[in-house]
Amino acid sequence: MSKYEKLMQRKNEIILKSIGIDYNKYETGKLSFDYEGLMKDVGYCLEEVKEIQKEVGVGNTPLIELKNITKLARKVSKTGHAARIFVKDESCNPSGSFKDRRASISVFDAMNRGYKGVGAATSGNYGAAVASQANIRGLKCIIANECFDSRKVGQPEILEKARKCEGFGAEVIRLSVGPELFYTYLKILENTGYYNASLYSSYGVAGVETLGYEIAEQCREKFGKDPEAVVITNAGGGNVTGTARGLIKAGALKTKIIGASVDLSGLHMASDIDFNKKSFTTGHTGFGIPFVTNPDRSDVPRSAARPLRYLDRYVTTTQGEVFWMTEILAQLEGLERGPAGNTSLVAAFAIAQEYEDDAIIIVQETEYTGAGKHLIPQLNFAKDNGIKVYVGDPKEQIPGENIVIPSHPSKVSVTDLDMEGLKNSYMKNAVNKLTENKAEQVDIEFLSLETKLSREKVVEILKQHNIEIC
Amino acid sequence: MIKKGTWVEVEETVLIPEDRATNIPDETKKTPLKSWTRGKCLSDSELGSEVKVETNIGRITKGTIVEIEPGYYHTYGKYVEEISNIGKQAREIIAK
Repeated sequence: MSKYEKLMQRKNEIILKSIGIDYNKYETGKLSFDYEGLMKDVGYCLEEVKEIQKEVGVGNTPLIELKNITKLARKVSKTGHAARIFVKDESCNPSGSFKDRRASISVFDAMNRGYKGVGAATSGNYGAAVASQANIRGLKCIIANECFDSRKVGQPEILEKARKCEGFGAEVIRLSVGPELFYTYLKILENTGYYNASLYSSYGVAGVETLGYEIAEQCREKFGKDPEAVVITNAGGGNVTGTARGLIKAGALKTKIIGASVDLSGLHMASDIDFNKKSFTTGHTGFGIPFVTNPDRSDVPRSAARPLRYLDRYVTTTQGEVFWMTEILAQLEGLERGPAGNTSLVAAFAIAQEYEDDAIIIVQETEYTGAGKHLIPQLNFAKDNGIKVYVGDPKEQIPGENIVIPSHPSKVSVTDLDMEGLKNSYMKNAVNKLTENKAEQVDIEFLSLETKLSREKVVEILKQHNIEIC
Repeated sequence: MIKKGTWVEVEETVLIPEDRATNIPDETKKTPLKSWTRGKCLSDSELGSEVKVETNIGRITKGTIVEIEPGYYHTYGKYVEEISNIGKQAREIIAK
C-alpha cells in the first residue's frame, strides 16, 4: 500500500478528531441519516448565529437595487419587461465575501471547543475568511491551497487568495494540482491537532442561514413582499443550502431558489493541463454537478450542504458572460466587484427577463476585487495560456479553448440543467452505496426529502434499480 | 549565502508520481505533488539547499529553498481590447 493509501485509510479517524461531531449517531436506515438532527445539534439557533456574527462585524449587508442593469434588461428583453434586480453586497463582510458568515460560526465553534488553531483546505475566499475570524478569536490558522500547475504557474485569483491569507498572518501551504490536496491537509490536521473548518460542516452552513433570512427581512421592509426568486452561485452546495434554509426559516416559502454555475464542462478538475485553462476556480460545474448528485463526497462523512433539497432550478452561464457582467456592474452601477461573485448576477440578468416589471429578483452575493481577482488579469492569464478571447456569440464558448465576450447584451442567456436528470443521478449514486439490495421506509422518506421527488417516484426508481423495500 | 532568519520559500515533494492517487488523469499522475511553504530559515543556508523554517504560525517544517524573500507578483496586466466597448455600448442602449 502506498503512503497515500495508508493515510487515506485513517481519514475518518483524523476528520472526526478535528471536527468533534459524531456522525454515526445520525445514521438511520440503510442509506439515510437524520439531516435535521445534525443541523439542530449545531447548538446555535438563528438568533444566536446572528449575535455571533454581529459581534465580529459579519452580516447585515446592504441590499442594492441595480436600476441601470434592470433598465438594460428591459431594453433587450423580448417582452420589453424584466424584474427589478437587486444585489446583496456580501463583499462588505470583513474579508470580502459571504464566506465570512460560514467562518464566523466554524471558528467560534473551534474556540468554544478549545482548539488552538483552525485549518481549511481551500483555494477560494473561505481561507481568508477563516484566517480573519481566527485572528479575532485568538486562534492560529493554516490554509492548504491548490495553487500551481506542475510548471509552477499560478492562477492569479488563487495567488491573491494566498496573499490575503498571509496578510492575515496565517500559514499557507501552496500545492500543485491534484485531489491529494486532501491527503496533505489530513497530514496537517494530524500534526497540528487543529480544528477542521470544513465547508461541509453543519456549523459553516448554519452561518449562511442569516443571509437568506436577511434577504427576506429586507425585502419585506422595502417592498412589503418576499422576492420572486433568489439566484445563488453554486459549487459545493453550502451557499444554496444555507441561503434556502434561511429563507424558509423566515417563512419565504414561495421564493424560488435558483442555482447558477459557470459552465466548465469538458475540463477535468484534476488535470495538470486543464487547471490553468479555466478562469474560474469555484462557482462552476466542475464542483456543482458532482456535489449536487453526491453531497457526501465531502471531507466529512455527511455533508450539511444538500442543494438538491432546495433547488427549484439550476442554470449555467459562460465565463465570457460573467466577465461581461463584471464590467457592466462597474460601468453602469459604479460597483467594482470580483468576477466569480458575479456568476449569479449574470444569470439573474437573463432570468429577470422572464418576469414582469413588478417582480423582485435578488442576486445573493458579491465578492471583493483586486489584483488577480479582476477580469483584466484573468483575461490576460487566459490569453497567456492559449485561450482564444474574442467578442461574439457566447454560445460558441468551449471551456478550455475560448472565452467569448457577448457582443451585445441581448446575447446573454442561461442554460437550464435538467433537474430530472440530476435527481436520477443522485438516486443512482445513493443506490450504489447500498451493501445489499434493500431499502427501508425511512430510506424512502429520506430520498424523497433529498430530491424533492414524491415517495411514489422514489419507490419507482428504487424498483428500477432492483432494490427491495423492506 | 542566506543568513539565518531570512524569509524564504521552501519546496517539498509531498508525493512522488508512483505514490499519487490512482484515479487522476495521466498528465497529473506523471508529475510529483509538490508544496511550497514560506517561513524564516532557522540556520544559514544556500539557494537550492534543504533547510528548516519557522512558518507564520510557529510551525517548523523543512524543504529546499527556491526563493529568497518571496513576494507577490500577481497584478492586472496588459490592456484588454475585448472589454473596451462593453460599458459604452450598454450606456447607449439605456439612453435611448
